[in-house]
Amino acid sequence: MDDFYREEILEHYTHPHHYGTLAHPDISHEEQNPLCGDQVRFDIQLDDDQQTVQDVRFSGVGCAISKASASMLSDLIVGKKLDEIKALTKDDVMDELGLDLGPVRLKCALLPLKVVKAGVYGLSGDPDQPSDDDTQDEW
Amino acid sequence: MLNAQSIRADFPILQRQVHGKPLVYLDNAATSQKPEAVIQALTDYYRRYNANIHRGVHTLAEEATAAYEDARRKVGRFINARSPREVVFVRNTTEAINLVAASWGRANVHQGDVIILSEMEHHSNLVPWQLLAQATGAQLEFIGLDDQGRLLVGHPALPGSGQSLDHLLAAHGERVKLVSLSGMSNVLGTINPVADIARQVHEAGALLLVDGAQSVPHLPVDVRAIDADFLAFSGHKMLGPTGIGVLWARPAILEAMPPYMGGGDMIKSVGLLSSEWNELPHKFEAGTPNVADAIGLAAAVDYLTGLGMNQVHAHEHELTAYALDRLAAVPDLQIYGPPAADRPLGRGGVVSFNLIKDGELLIHPHDLASILDHEGIAIRAGHHCAQPLVEHYCVPAMARASFYVYNLEQEVDTLVEALLKARRIFGLK
Repeated sequence: MDDFYREEILEHYTHPHHYGTLAHPDISHEEQNPLCGDQVRFDIQLDDDQQTVQDVRFSGVGCAISKASASMLSDLIVGKKLDEIKALTKDDVMDELGLDLGPVRLKCALLPLKVVKAGVYGLSGDPDQPSDDDTQDEW
Repeated sequence: MLNAQSIRADFPILQRQVHGKPLVYLDNAATSQKPEAVIQALTDYYRRYNANIHRGVHTLAEEATAAYEDARRKVGRFINARSPREVVFVRNTTEAINLVAASWGRANVHQGDVIILSEMEHHSNLVPWQLLAQATGAQLEFIGLDDQGRLLVGHPALPGSGQSLDHLLAAHGERVKLVSLSGMSNVLGTINPVADIARQVHEAGALLLVDGAQSVPHLPVDVRAIDADFLAFSGHKMLGPTGIGVLWARPAILEAMPPYMGGGDMIKSVGLLSSEWNELPHKFEAGTPNVADAIGLAAAVDYLTGLGMNQVHAHEHELTAYALDRLAAVPDLQIYGPPAADRPLGRGGVVSFNLIKDGELLIHPHDLASILDHEGIAIRAGHHCAQPLVEHYCVPAMARASFYVYNLEQEVDTLVEALLKARRIFGLK
Protein backbone atom coordinates (compact mmCIF):
# COMPACT_ATOMS: atom_id res chain seq x y z
CA MET A 1 0.00 0.00 0.00
CA ASP A 2 2.55 2.55 1.08
CA ASP A 3 4.19 2.46 -2.31
CA PHE A 4 0.85 3.27 -3.97
CA TYR A 5 1.21 6.87 -2.83
CA ARG A 6 4.95 6.58 -3.20
CA GLU A 7 7.22 9.35 -2.09
CA GLU A 8 7.74 10.83 -5.54
CA ILE A 9 4.00 11.34 -6.04
CA LEU A 10 3.61 12.96 -2.64
CA GLU A 11 6.69 15.12 -3.26
CA HIS A 12 5.18 16.46 -6.48
CA TYR A 13 1.88 16.95 -4.65
CA THR A 14 3.31 18.93 -1.74
CA HIS A 15 5.94 20.76 -3.82
CA PRO A 16 4.54 20.90 -7.34
CA HIS A 17 6.82 22.08 -10.13
CA HIS A 18 5.73 25.04 -12.25
CA TYR A 19 2.74 25.77 -10.02
CA GLY A 20 1.07 29.10 -10.67
CA THR A 21 -0.02 31.19 -13.64
CA LEU A 22 1.72 33.23 -16.38
CA ALA A 23 0.89 36.88 -17.01
CA HIS A 24 0.92 36.66 -20.81
CA PRO A 25 0.69 33.02 -21.90
CA ASP A 26 0.52 32.09 -25.59
CA ILE A 27 -1.67 29.16 -24.64
CA SER A 28 -4.03 28.98 -21.69
CA HIS A 29 -6.54 26.22 -21.23
CA GLU A 30 -8.63 24.87 -18.37
CA GLU A 31 -10.82 21.82 -17.95
CA GLN A 32 -12.66 19.99 -15.20
CA ASN A 33 -13.27 16.43 -14.28
CA PRO A 34 -16.98 16.58 -13.45
CA LEU A 35 -16.81 13.34 -11.49
CA CYS A 36 -14.52 14.58 -8.77
CA GLY A 37 -14.43 18.32 -9.11
CA ASP A 38 -10.78 18.34 -10.20
CA GLN A 39 -9.97 21.43 -12.21
CA VAL A 40 -6.68 22.04 -14.01
CA ARG A 41 -5.40 25.06 -15.94
CA PHE A 42 -2.17 25.19 -17.94
CA ASP A 43 -0.50 28.42 -19.11
CA ILE A 44 2.20 27.96 -21.77
CA GLN A 45 4.75 30.49 -23.00
CA LEU A 46 6.35 29.78 -26.39
CA ASP A 47 9.77 30.72 -27.82
CA ASP A 48 9.95 33.31 -30.58
CA ASP A 49 9.57 30.47 -33.07
CA GLN A 50 6.06 29.89 -31.65
CA GLN A 51 6.80 26.17 -31.78
CA THR A 52 8.78 25.43 -28.62
CA VAL A 53 7.58 25.56 -25.03
CA GLN A 54 9.70 28.07 -23.17
CA ASP A 55 7.86 28.13 -19.87
CA VAL A 56 4.79 26.59 -18.31
CA ARG A 57 2.62 27.02 -15.21
CA PHE A 58 -0.31 25.02 -14.01
CA SER A 59 -2.95 25.74 -11.38
CA GLY A 60 -6.16 24.32 -10.05
CA VAL A 61 -7.62 22.17 -7.36
CA GLY A 62 -7.47 18.43 -7.35
CA CYS A 63 -6.35 15.23 -5.77
CA ALA A 64 -2.72 14.17 -5.30
CA ILE A 65 -2.80 12.04 -8.44
CA SER A 66 -3.95 14.85 -10.74
CA LYS A 67 -1.62 17.37 -9.14
CA ALA A 68 1.41 15.07 -9.31
CA SER A 69 0.52 14.20 -12.89
CA ALA A 70 0.31 17.90 -13.80
CA SER A 71 3.62 18.62 -12.07
CA MET A 72 5.41 15.78 -13.86
CA LEU A 73 3.83 16.74 -17.17
CA SER A 74 5.01 20.32 -16.74
CA ASP A 75 8.59 19.02 -16.44
CA LEU A 76 8.04 16.86 -19.49
CA ILE A 77 6.84 19.59 -21.85
CA VAL A 78 9.31 22.39 -21.13
CA GLY A 79 11.62 22.66 -24.17
CA LYS A 80 9.39 20.40 -26.26
CA LYS A 81 8.03 21.31 -29.71
CA LEU A 82 4.26 21.56 -30.03
CA ASP A 83 4.30 18.60 -32.42
CA GLU A 84 6.06 16.52 -29.78
CA ILE A 85 3.40 17.48 -27.24
CA LYS A 86 0.68 16.47 -29.67
CA ALA A 87 2.37 13.08 -29.88
CA LEU A 88 2.34 12.53 -26.10
CA THR A 89 0.18 9.62 -25.07
CA LYS A 90 -1.49 8.23 -22.00
CA ASP A 91 1.44 5.81 -21.65
CA ASP A 92 3.96 8.67 -21.42
CA VAL A 93 2.07 10.09 -18.46
CA MET A 94 1.51 6.73 -16.81
CA ASP A 95 5.20 5.85 -17.17
CA GLU A 96 6.08 9.05 -15.33
CA LEU A 97 3.55 8.39 -12.58
CA GLY A 98 4.50 4.75 -12.27
CA LEU A 99 1.04 3.85 -10.96
CA ASP A 100 -1.41 1.17 -11.91
CA LEU A 101 -4.80 2.89 -11.82
CA GLY A 102 -8.35 1.76 -12.45
CA PRO A 103 -10.55 3.59 -14.97
CA VAL A 104 -11.95 6.08 -12.45
CA ARG A 105 -8.63 7.31 -11.02
CA LEU A 106 -7.13 7.19 -14.52
CA LYS A 107 -9.30 10.19 -15.37
CA CYS A 108 -7.63 12.12 -12.55
CA ALA A 109 -4.19 11.15 -13.82
CA LEU A 110 -4.91 12.06 -17.44
CA LEU A 111 -6.78 15.34 -16.95
CA PRO A 112 -3.55 17.44 -17.15
CA LEU A 113 -2.53 15.81 -20.45
CA LYS A 114 -6.03 16.41 -21.79
CA VAL A 115 -5.78 20.10 -20.84
CA VAL A 116 -2.32 20.55 -22.39
CA LYS A 117 -3.25 18.81 -25.64
CA ALA A 118 -6.55 20.65 -25.99
CA GLY A 119 -4.68 23.93 -25.44
CA VAL A 120 -1.99 23.07 -27.99
CA TYR A 121 -4.45 21.89 -30.60
CA GLY A 122 -6.63 24.94 -29.98
CA LEU A 123 -3.70 27.30 -30.63
CA SER A 124 -2.64 25.74 -33.88
CA GLY A 125 -6.23 25.61 -35.14
CA ASP A 126 -5.49 22.05 -36.16
CA PRO A 127 -8.40 20.39 -37.94
CA ASP A 128 -7.40 17.08 -36.30
CA GLN A 129 -8.50 18.29 -32.87
CA PRO A 130 -8.36 15.52 -30.34
CA SER A 131 -11.71 14.08 -29.49
CA ASP A 132 -12.96 14.50 -25.95
CA ASP A 133 -11.32 11.28 -24.89
CA ASP A 134 -8.14 11.59 -26.90
CA THR A 135 -6.06 10.63 -23.89
CA GLN A 136 -7.94 7.37 -23.42
CA ASP A 137 -7.66 4.17 -25.35
CA GLU A 138 -10.85 3.41 -27.18
CA TRP A 139 -10.76 -0.18 -26.00
CA MET B 1 -31.05 -6.13 17.58
CA LEU B 2 -29.82 -7.61 14.36
CA ASN B 3 -26.99 -10.06 14.54
CA ALA B 4 -24.85 -8.53 11.83
CA GLN B 5 -22.19 -11.18 12.28
CA SER B 6 -24.57 -13.97 11.33
CA ILE B 7 -26.17 -11.88 8.57
CA ARG B 8 -22.73 -11.62 6.96
CA ALA B 9 -22.72 -15.35 6.31
CA ASP B 10 -25.61 -14.81 3.86
CA PHE B 11 -23.56 -12.48 1.65
CA PRO B 12 -20.95 -14.40 -0.39
CA ILE B 13 -19.12 -11.25 -1.52
CA LEU B 14 -18.23 -10.35 2.07
CA GLN B 15 -15.77 -13.27 2.06
CA ARG B 16 -13.73 -11.39 -0.51
CA GLN B 17 -10.36 -9.84 0.07
CA VAL B 18 -9.30 -6.55 -1.52
CA HIS B 19 -5.56 -5.80 -1.77
CA GLY B 20 -4.99 -8.69 0.62
CA LYS B 21 -7.30 -7.28 3.29
CA PRO B 22 -10.84 -8.38 4.22
CA LEU B 23 -13.41 -6.32 2.32
CA VAL B 24 -14.98 -3.59 4.46
CA TYR B 25 -17.90 -2.50 2.32
CA LEU B 26 -19.07 0.99 3.29
CA ASP B 27 -20.53 2.15 -0.02
CA ASN B 28 -24.09 1.00 0.58
CA ALA B 29 -25.71 4.30 -0.36
CA ALA B 30 -24.32 3.69 -3.89
CA THR B 31 -25.40 0.06 -4.04
CA SER B 32 -25.88 -2.74 -1.55
CA GLN B 33 -24.48 -6.26 -1.67
CA LYS B 34 -26.73 -9.24 -2.41
CA PRO B 35 -27.60 -12.16 -0.14
CA GLU B 36 -27.40 -15.73 -1.40
CA ALA B 37 -31.23 -15.84 -1.49
CA VAL B 38 -31.34 -13.10 -4.13
CA ILE B 39 -28.59 -14.64 -6.23
CA GLN B 40 -30.38 -17.98 -5.97
CA ALA B 41 -33.72 -16.46 -7.05
CA LEU B 42 -32.06 -15.07 -10.18
CA THR B 43 -30.35 -18.30 -11.16
CA ASP B 44 -33.50 -20.32 -10.37
CA TYR B 45 -35.47 -18.22 -12.78
CA TYR B 46 -32.90 -18.58 -15.55
CA ARG B 47 -32.29 -22.27 -14.85
CA ARG B 48 -35.84 -23.46 -14.31
CA TYR B 49 -38.60 -21.24 -15.68
CA ASN B 50 -37.23 -18.48 -17.91
CA ALA B 51 -40.00 -17.41 -20.32
CA ASN B 52 -41.70 -14.29 -21.57
CA ILE B 53 -44.66 -13.26 -19.48
CA HIS B 54 -48.34 -12.31 -19.86
CA ARG B 55 -48.66 -13.93 -23.30
CA GLY B 56 -47.46 -17.51 -23.45
CA VAL B 57 -49.77 -20.25 -22.26
CA HIS B 58 -47.12 -22.90 -21.81
CA THR B 59 -45.99 -24.00 -18.37
CA LEU B 60 -42.82 -21.92 -18.25
CA ALA B 61 -44.71 -18.77 -19.28
CA GLU B 62 -47.35 -19.40 -16.62
CA GLU B 63 -44.70 -19.90 -13.95
CA ALA B 64 -42.73 -16.83 -14.98
CA THR B 65 -45.88 -14.67 -15.10
CA ALA B 66 -46.96 -15.88 -11.68
CA ALA B 67 -43.51 -15.18 -10.20
CA TYR B 68 -43.35 -11.69 -11.75
CA GLU B 69 -46.81 -10.71 -10.51
CA ASP B 70 -46.07 -12.30 -7.16
CA ALA B 71 -42.98 -10.09 -6.96
CA ARG B 72 -45.19 -7.06 -7.57
CA ARG B 73 -47.49 -8.09 -4.71
CA LYS B 74 -44.56 -8.61 -2.33
CA VAL B 75 -43.03 -5.25 -3.16
CA GLY B 76 -46.43 -3.56 -2.82
CA ARG B 77 -47.01 -5.10 0.62
CA PHE B 78 -43.50 -4.11 1.69
CA ILE B 79 -44.46 -0.43 1.33
CA ASN B 80 -48.06 -1.06 2.48
CA ALA B 81 -49.63 -0.24 -0.87
CA ARG B 82 -53.37 -0.87 -1.17
CA SER B 83 -53.11 -2.85 -4.37
CA PRO B 84 -50.50 -4.30 -6.75
CA ARG B 85 -52.06 -2.02 -9.41
CA GLU B 86 -50.21 0.83 -7.72
CA VAL B 87 -46.79 -0.76 -8.26
CA VAL B 88 -45.06 -0.05 -11.59
CA PHE B 89 -41.77 -1.81 -12.24
CA VAL B 90 -39.11 0.41 -13.80
CA ARG B 91 -35.32 0.23 -14.01
CA ASN B 92 -34.49 2.39 -11.00
CA THR B 93 -35.41 5.52 -9.03
CA THR B 94 -34.18 7.70 -11.87
CA GLU B 95 -36.50 6.08 -14.37
CA ALA B 96 -39.42 6.28 -11.95
CA ILE B 97 -38.95 10.03 -11.51
CA ASN B 98 -38.45 10.54 -15.24
CA LEU B 99 -41.66 8.62 -15.83
CA VAL B 100 -43.58 11.00 -13.55
CA ALA B 101 -41.94 14.07 -15.07
CA ALA B 102 -42.57 12.95 -18.64
CA SER B 103 -46.08 11.57 -18.22
CA TRP B 104 -47.78 13.33 -15.30
CA GLY B 105 -45.60 16.42 -15.71
CA ARG B 106 -46.33 17.03 -19.38
CA ALA B 107 -50.06 16.60 -18.76
CA ASN B 108 -50.33 18.69 -15.61
CA VAL B 109 -47.53 21.25 -15.47
CA HIS B 110 -47.78 24.38 -17.56
CA GLN B 111 -46.13 27.73 -18.11
CA GLY B 112 -45.88 29.65 -14.85
CA ASP B 113 -46.53 26.62 -12.63
CA VAL B 114 -44.10 25.91 -9.79
CA ILE B 115 -42.32 22.70 -8.79
CA ILE B 116 -40.67 22.75 -5.37
CA LEU B 117 -37.50 20.70 -4.82
CA SER B 118 -34.77 21.10 -2.21
CA GLU B 119 -31.08 21.89 -2.12
CA MET B 120 -30.26 18.36 -0.98
CA GLU B 121 -31.63 16.47 -3.98
CA HIS B 122 -29.79 13.79 -5.93
CA HIS B 123 -29.40 14.63 -9.61
CA SER B 124 -32.13 12.07 -10.36
CA ASN B 125 -34.64 14.27 -8.52
CA LEU B 126 -33.33 17.47 -10.06
CA VAL B 127 -32.49 17.02 -13.74
CA PRO B 128 -35.86 15.48 -14.81
CA TRP B 129 -37.59 18.59 -13.39
CA GLN B 130 -35.11 20.89 -15.12
CA LEU B 131 -36.03 19.18 -18.40
CA LEU B 132 -39.74 19.54 -17.63
CA ALA B 133 -39.32 23.20 -16.67
CA GLN B 134 -37.41 23.91 -19.87
CA ALA B 135 -40.09 22.18 -21.95
CA THR B 136 -43.10 23.79 -20.26
CA GLY B 137 -41.91 27.13 -18.92
CA ALA B 138 -42.59 26.00 -15.36
CA GLN B 139 -40.49 27.38 -12.52
CA LEU B 140 -38.33 25.46 -10.05
CA GLU B 141 -38.01 26.58 -6.44
CA PHE B 142 -35.78 25.09 -3.76
CA ILE B 143 -36.23 24.50 -0.06
CA GLY B 144 -33.05 25.51 1.74
CA LEU B 145 -31.17 23.74 4.54
CA ASP B 146 -30.40 24.73 8.10
CA ASP B 147 -26.84 24.58 9.40
CA GLN B 148 -27.32 20.94 10.45
CA GLY B 149 -28.36 19.84 6.98
CA ARG B 150 -32.11 19.66 7.65
CA LEU B 151 -34.80 20.99 5.32
CA LEU B 152 -36.23 24.34 6.29
CA VAL B 153 -39.83 23.24 6.68
CA GLY B 154 -41.80 25.42 9.08
CA HIS B 155 -39.26 28.10 9.86
CA PRO B 156 -39.76 31.46 8.24
CA ALA B 157 -36.92 32.14 5.78
CA LEU B 158 -34.05 33.94 7.49
CA PRO B 159 -32.11 36.60 5.65
CA GLY B 160 -29.20 34.93 3.90
CA SER B 161 -30.56 31.41 4.37
CA GLY B 162 -32.50 29.31 1.92
CA GLN B 163 -36.27 29.43 1.67
CA SER B 164 -38.60 27.31 3.78
CA LEU B 165 -41.35 25.06 2.47
CA ASP B 166 -43.95 27.15 4.34
CA HIS B 167 -42.68 30.27 2.72
CA LEU B 168 -42.56 28.78 -0.78
CA LEU B 169 -46.07 27.32 -0.53
CA ALA B 170 -47.44 30.64 0.72
CA ALA B 171 -45.56 32.69 -1.87
CA HIS B 172 -46.62 30.63 -4.89
CA GLY B 173 -50.08 29.46 -3.81
CA GLU B 174 -52.04 27.56 -6.41
CA ARG B 175 -49.22 27.71 -8.91
CA VAL B 176 -47.42 24.97 -6.95
CA LYS B 177 -48.25 21.70 -8.68
CA LEU B 178 -45.70 19.34 -7.18
CA VAL B 179 -43.23 19.06 -4.34
CA SER B 180 -40.56 16.42 -4.94
CA LEU B 181 -38.20 15.54 -2.09
CA SER B 182 -35.78 12.94 -0.94
CA GLY B 183 -37.00 10.74 1.92
CA MET B 184 -33.42 10.55 3.16
CA SER B 185 -30.38 12.42 1.90
CA ASN B 186 -27.75 10.25 0.20
CA VAL B 187 -25.06 12.70 1.36
CA LEU B 188 -26.11 14.02 4.77
CA GLY B 189 -28.14 11.10 6.09
CA THR B 190 -30.92 13.55 6.98
CA ILE B 191 -34.27 11.78 7.28
CA ASN B 192 -36.92 14.19 6.08
CA PRO B 193 -40.34 14.38 7.82
CA VAL B 194 -42.21 13.44 4.64
CA ALA B 195 -45.52 12.62 6.37
CA ASP B 196 -45.69 16.12 7.88
CA ILE B 197 -44.63 17.59 4.57
CA ALA B 198 -47.34 15.61 2.72
CA ARG B 199 -50.02 17.25 4.91
CA GLN B 200 -48.68 20.71 4.17
CA VAL B 201 -48.36 20.02 0.47
CA HIS B 202 -51.89 18.64 0.20
CA GLU B 203 -53.33 21.60 2.11
CA ALA B 204 -51.72 23.76 -0.54
CA GLY B 205 -53.40 21.69 -3.26
CA ALA B 206 -50.21 20.18 -4.68
CA LEU B 207 -48.88 16.62 -4.96
CA LEU B 208 -45.87 15.12 -3.19
CA LEU B 209 -43.28 12.81 -4.74
CA VAL B 210 -40.90 11.08 -2.33
CA ASP B 211 -37.55 9.94 -3.70
CA GLY B 212 -37.21 6.81 -1.61
CA ALA B 213 -33.88 5.63 -3.04
CA GLN B 214 -32.26 5.88 0.41
CA SER B 215 -35.28 5.67 2.72
CA VAL B 216 -37.01 2.53 1.42
CA PRO B 217 -33.91 0.31 1.87
CA HIS B 218 -33.17 1.55 5.39
CA LEU B 219 -36.39 2.61 7.12
CA PRO B 220 -39.89 1.24 7.51
CA VAL B 221 -41.73 3.06 4.70
CA ASP B 222 -45.53 2.98 4.65
CA VAL B 223 -47.14 4.81 1.74
CA ARG B 224 -50.46 5.06 3.57
CA ALA B 225 -48.88 6.56 6.69
CA ILE B 226 -46.82 9.01 4.64
CA ASP B 227 -49.81 9.79 2.43
CA ALA B 228 -47.56 10.82 -0.46
CA ASP B 229 -48.73 10.72 -4.08
CA PHE B 230 -45.64 9.15 -5.68
CA LEU B 231 -42.80 7.07 -4.25
CA ALA B 232 -39.76 6.09 -6.31
CA PHE B 233 -37.07 3.59 -5.28
CA SER B 234 -34.40 1.21 -6.60
CA GLY B 235 -33.95 -2.50 -6.00
CA HIS B 236 -30.17 -2.54 -6.03
CA LYS B 237 -29.83 -0.34 -2.95
CA MET B 238 -32.03 -2.73 -0.91
CA LEU B 239 -30.17 -6.04 -1.41
CA GLY B 240 -31.84 -6.62 -4.80
CA PRO B 241 -30.41 -6.75 -8.31
CA THR B 242 -29.56 -3.77 -10.51
CA GLY B 243 -31.96 -2.88 -13.31
CA ILE B 244 -35.18 -3.07 -11.27
CA GLY B 245 -36.90 -0.23 -9.48
CA VAL B 246 -40.39 0.84 -8.51
CA LEU B 247 -42.74 3.71 -9.05
CA TRP B 248 -45.62 3.61 -6.59
CA ALA B 249 -48.45 6.09 -7.10
CA ARG B 250 -52.10 6.55 -6.19
CA PRO B 251 -54.18 4.60 -8.69
CA ALA B 252 -56.38 7.60 -9.57
CA ILE B 253 -53.27 9.52 -10.55
CA LEU B 254 -51.84 6.62 -12.55
CA GLU B 255 -55.19 6.12 -14.31
CA ALA B 256 -55.20 9.73 -15.48
CA MET B 257 -51.56 9.71 -16.64
CA PRO B 258 -50.80 9.12 -20.31
CA PRO B 259 -48.41 6.24 -21.12
CA TYR B 260 -44.69 6.90 -20.85
CA MET B 261 -43.48 4.50 -23.53
CA GLY B 262 -45.43 2.72 -26.20
CA GLY B 263 -44.99 -0.89 -27.21
CA GLY B 264 -46.05 -4.41 -26.39
CA ASP B 265 -47.79 -5.34 -23.13
CA MET B 266 -48.91 -1.78 -22.38
CA ILE B 267 -51.85 -2.01 -24.79
CA LYS B 268 -55.30 -3.60 -24.68
CA SER B 269 -55.79 -3.46 -28.43
CA VAL B 270 -53.83 -1.94 -31.28
CA GLY B 271 -54.96 -0.50 -34.59
CA LEU B 272 -52.78 0.99 -37.28
CA LEU B 273 -53.55 4.55 -36.23
CA SER B 274 -54.44 4.29 -32.57
CA SER B 275 -54.49 1.92 -29.62
CA GLU B 276 -56.24 1.35 -26.37
CA TRP B 277 -54.09 1.28 -23.25
CA ASN B 278 -53.81 -1.68 -20.96
CA GLU B 279 -55.00 -1.47 -17.35
CA LEU B 280 -52.76 -0.54 -14.43
CA PRO B 281 -49.94 -1.06 -13.89
CA HIS B 282 -49.23 -2.62 -17.29
CA LYS B 283 -49.97 0.67 -19.07
CA PHE B 284 -46.56 1.82 -17.87
CA GLU B 285 -44.60 -1.34 -18.58
CA ALA B 286 -44.05 -1.37 -22.33
CA GLY B 287 -42.05 -4.24 -23.78
CA THR B 288 -40.72 -7.37 -22.12
CA PRO B 289 -40.03 -6.28 -18.55
CA ASN B 290 -37.11 -7.18 -16.33
CA VAL B 291 -38.66 -10.42 -15.12
CA ALA B 292 -35.57 -11.90 -13.49
CA ASP B 293 -34.66 -8.85 -11.48
CA ALA B 294 -38.24 -8.26 -10.32
CA ILE B 295 -38.12 -11.81 -8.95
CA GLY B 296 -34.72 -11.05 -7.42
CA LEU B 297 -36.15 -7.91 -5.79
CA ALA B 298 -38.95 -9.97 -4.27
CA ALA B 299 -36.32 -12.24 -2.71
CA ALA B 300 -34.59 -9.13 -1.30
CA VAL B 301 -37.91 -7.91 0.11
CA ASP B 302 -38.44 -11.32 1.75
CA TYR B 303 -34.98 -11.10 3.27
CA LEU B 304 -35.52 -7.57 4.63
CA THR B 305 -38.98 -8.48 5.91
CA GLY B 306 -37.42 -11.43 7.71
CA LEU B 307 -35.00 -9.08 9.45
CA GLY B 308 -37.70 -6.49 10.14
CA MET B 309 -37.30 -2.93 8.89
CA ASN B 310 -37.49 -1.51 12.41
CA GLN B 311 -34.54 -3.72 13.31
CA VAL B 312 -32.68 -2.67 10.16
CA HIS B 313 -33.17 0.97 11.08
CA ALA B 314 -32.19 0.41 14.72
CA HIS B 315 -29.00 -1.40 13.72
CA GLU B 316 -27.94 1.37 11.37
CA HIS B 317 -28.88 4.05 13.87
CA GLU B 318 -26.65 2.47 16.50
CA LEU B 319 -23.79 1.96 14.04
CA THR B 320 -24.06 5.56 12.82
CA ALA B 321 -23.97 6.91 16.37
CA TYR B 322 -20.88 4.77 17.00
CA ALA B 323 -19.25 5.99 13.78
CA LEU B 324 -19.93 9.68 14.51
CA ASP B 325 -18.46 9.19 17.95
CA ARG B 326 -15.33 7.36 16.72
CA LEU B 327 -14.76 9.71 13.75
CA ALA B 328 -14.79 12.69 16.10
CA ALA B 329 -11.41 11.41 17.36
CA VAL B 330 -9.76 11.88 13.93
CA PRO B 331 -8.08 15.31 13.83
CA ASP B 332 -9.40 17.84 11.29
CA LEU B 333 -12.28 15.57 10.32
CA GLN B 334 -15.41 17.50 9.46
CA ILE B 335 -18.71 15.61 9.29
CA TYR B 336 -21.60 17.01 7.27
CA GLY B 337 -25.23 16.67 8.29
CA PRO B 338 -27.35 16.30 11.42
CA PRO B 339 -26.35 14.68 14.75
CA ALA B 340 -26.95 10.97 15.33
CA ALA B 341 -29.86 11.63 17.69
CA ASP B 342 -31.66 13.92 15.26
CA ARG B 343 -35.46 13.81 15.68
CA PRO B 344 -37.67 11.97 15.11
CA LEU B 345 -35.90 9.02 13.51
CA GLY B 346 -32.26 9.94 14.03
CA ARG B 347 -29.71 10.31 11.30
CA GLY B 348 -29.64 7.66 8.58
CA GLY B 349 -26.60 5.46 8.05
CA VAL B 350 -24.76 7.84 5.76
CA VAL B 351 -21.72 9.79 6.97
CA SER B 352 -20.03 12.25 4.61
CA PHE B 353 -16.81 13.86 5.77
CA ASN B 354 -13.62 15.63 4.80
CA LEU B 355 -10.20 16.09 6.32
CA ILE B 356 -10.20 19.86 6.12
CA LYS B 357 -8.53 22.77 7.89
CA ASP B 358 -9.39 26.45 7.49
CA GLY B 359 -11.49 25.61 4.45
CA GLU B 360 -8.64 23.79 2.68
CA LEU B 361 -8.83 20.06 2.04
CA LEU B 362 -5.89 18.36 3.74
CA ILE B 363 -6.42 15.21 1.71
CA HIS B 364 -8.66 15.16 -1.34
CA PRO B 365 -11.52 12.64 -0.91
CA HIS B 366 -10.32 10.74 -3.99
CA ASP B 367 -6.92 10.25 -2.40
CA LEU B 368 -8.61 9.15 0.82
CA ALA B 369 -10.75 6.67 -1.09
CA SER B 370 -7.68 5.24 -2.85
CA ILE B 371 -5.73 4.87 0.39
CA LEU B 372 -8.74 3.28 2.10
CA ASP B 373 -9.18 0.95 -0.86
CA HIS B 374 -5.68 -0.36 -0.26
CA GLU B 375 -6.84 -1.20 3.27
CA GLY B 376 -9.77 -3.15 1.82
CA ILE B 377 -12.28 -0.40 2.65
CA ALA B 378 -14.81 0.67 0.00
CA ILE B 379 -16.13 4.21 0.45
CA ARG B 380 -17.39 6.75 -2.06
CA ALA B 381 -15.65 10.02 -2.94
CA GLY B 382 -16.93 12.82 -5.11
CA HIS B 383 -20.10 14.86 -5.27
CA HIS B 384 -22.38 11.81 -4.83
CA CYS B 385 -24.61 12.93 -7.70
CA ALA B 386 -25.70 15.86 -5.57
CA GLN B 387 -23.40 18.56 -6.93
CA PRO B 388 -25.46 21.57 -5.74
CA LEU B 389 -25.51 20.15 -2.20
CA VAL B 390 -21.75 19.52 -2.10
CA GLU B 391 -21.16 23.04 -3.46
CA HIS B 392 -23.47 24.37 -0.72
CA TYR B 393 -20.73 23.28 1.71
CA CYS B 394 -18.04 25.04 -0.39
CA VAL B 395 -15.98 21.91 -1.06
CA PRO B 396 -15.23 20.23 -4.41
CA ALA B 397 -16.00 16.76 -3.09
CA MET B 398 -16.71 14.70 0.02
CA ALA B 399 -15.80 11.23 1.24
CA ARG B 400 -18.76 9.11 2.30
CA ALA B 401 -19.16 5.96 4.38
CA SER B 402 -22.62 4.37 4.35
CA PHE B 403 -23.85 1.37 6.31
CA TYR B 404 -26.22 -1.55 5.96
CA VAL B 405 -27.39 -4.63 7.79
CA TYR B 406 -24.09 -6.50 7.53
CA ASN B 407 -21.77 -3.75 8.80
CA LEU B 408 -20.04 -4.09 12.16
CA GLU B 409 -18.63 -1.71 14.73
CA GLN B 410 -15.21 -3.24 14.13
CA GLU B 411 -15.46 -2.12 10.50
CA VAL B 412 -15.93 1.43 11.75
CA ASP B 413 -12.77 0.92 13.81
CA THR B 414 -10.94 -0.25 10.66
CA LEU B 415 -12.14 2.90 8.89
CA VAL B 416 -10.87 5.14 11.67
CA GLU B 417 -7.48 3.37 11.72
CA ALA B 418 -7.18 3.79 7.94
CA LEU B 419 -8.03 7.50 8.15
CA LEU B 420 -5.26 7.95 10.70
CA LYS B 421 -2.91 6.04 8.39
CA ALA B 422 -3.89 8.31 5.48
CA ARG B 423 -2.93 11.29 7.62
CA ARG B 424 0.46 9.75 8.28
CA ILE B 425 1.03 9.00 4.58
CA PHE B 426 0.28 12.64 3.78
CA GLY B 427 2.65 13.82 6.49
CA LEU B 428 -0.09 15.05 8.85
CA LYS B 429 0.39 14.39 12.55
